[in-house]
Amino acid sequence: MSLPAEIWLLLLKDLRLEWRQRSALGGLLLYMGGTVYVSYLSFSFRGGAPPAPAWNALFWVILLFAALGAAGRGLAQESAGLRLYYYTVARPEAVVLAKIIYNALLLLALAIPGLLLYTLLLGNPVQDWPTYALSIGLGAVSLASSLTLVAGIAARAGQGGGGTLLAVLGLPVLVPVLLLLVKVSKNALDGLPWDASQSAVITLVALNFIVGAVSYLLFPFLWRS
Amino acid sequence: MKWWKYLTIGLLLYTAVMGLLGHVPRLAILNETERNLYFHVPMWFGMTIILLASVINSIRYLRNPSPRLDILAHESAKTGILLGVLGLMTGSLWARYTWGTWWTTDVKLNGAAVTMLIYAAYLVLRGAVNDEQQRARLSAIYNIFAFAALIPLLFIMPRLASASLHPGMGGNPGFSKYDLDSAMRMVFYPAVIGWTLLGVWITEVACRLAFVKEKLYENQPNEKQLA
Repeated sequence: MSLPAEIWLLLLKDLRLEWRQRSALGGLLLYMGGTVYVSYLSFSFRGGAPPAPAWNALFWVILLFAALGAAGRGLAQESAGLRLYYYTVARPEAVVLAKIIYNALLLLALAIPGLLLYTLLLGNPVQDWPTYALSIGLGAVSLASSLTLVAGIAARAGQGGGGTLLAVLGLPVLVPVLLLLVKVSKNALDGLPWDASQSAVITLVALNFIVGAVSYLLFPFLWRS
Repeated sequence: MKWWKYLTIGLLLYTAVMGLLGHVPRLAILNETERNLYFHVPMWFGMTIILLASVINSIRYLRNPSPRLDILAHESAKTGILLGVLGLMTGSLWARYTWGTWWTTDVKLNGAAVTMLIYAAYLVLRGAVNDEQQRARLSAIYNIFAFAALIPLLFIMPRLASASLHPGMGGNPGFSKYDLDSAMRMVFYPAVIGWTLLGVWITEVACRLAFVKEKLYENQPNEKQLA
């Protein structure tokens, strides 16, 4: 079977599993809703909407922790036996690429309702919608591609401390990505022309290619155990 | 003792003496602190070279696993972290006397700090896994991934940034001038080689200790033989 076909099948499998265990997706959505609401209540003390930079930074922090939660679930869930089964029927490269795409889709599915609720409760100072939407999309892909391999490592290191380990290993790796994302979305917020964020967007795309390629090359070694 | 160790001692003595007593151009703001060039900058050269050695050993480990390569990668990473922390500290001290603050938000400073965080996470990962082979493989994978994340942090993002206090870009008018000062070059290049060789030396000693420990562990009489 060709690589794209394998990725497609694995992706469908993941989506179907997600749909059957809706409690997991529901938990993440509830996390989004809960955090946004808590932020709304906290800011209401100072009389309504936060200043624009804080609005932006807070949204990315919420998304970051949603991404950590989502990535931690994906690979850690699978038992050793199931992993062995995948190993016999699928290429590890296909598994990791399918996981990255799946995590990106999951994050988008969390970010869009999250942003709607966030806008409803905390207002929306965004001036340049297309660029902001682009930054959210790029953000989902970047967070997913950086976290998938790290989540695999943390799941293997395991021993119950998997969650903490994922945060420790993942956060420093995410810093450059997040800095670029916050820069692009801040530009969109202020309605700056496209030239201002162009180089950051190109760097982000290049960074995704590097991280994706490294994951593609390293994941087979992670699996071979 | 091998010849390059004598060379290390010689170069570092030369760096210390000439670095503190040698001629440096008279410049405003920097004054005598520019001598830190011989101590701060070589740390980053040494760190980059030794972390590169670490990642190469990790790649070799994944291609052909052996405890020896794992030890080489781990000890190199530790020396790299040591040099990085020293680089941050000398830089912070320098910043205090030239910029008037210990730390400031700047692409280069943040990139270096985040690099140290990534490698600290590498050490945490090693501590979290008990099984030796599993630990060696997972940490090799993370080491390669960390190095790929480090390249944009240290080498790409600072070049894209529009403004930075740190020399090597517009903003600080002086650096290109001292860079061209031939008297300083005569100390700077030996200092880079000397500090890097010292890093290699530290790594070598640490590796030998780790090999001996490994051997002792292997030859340990088990309980049956003791009884």
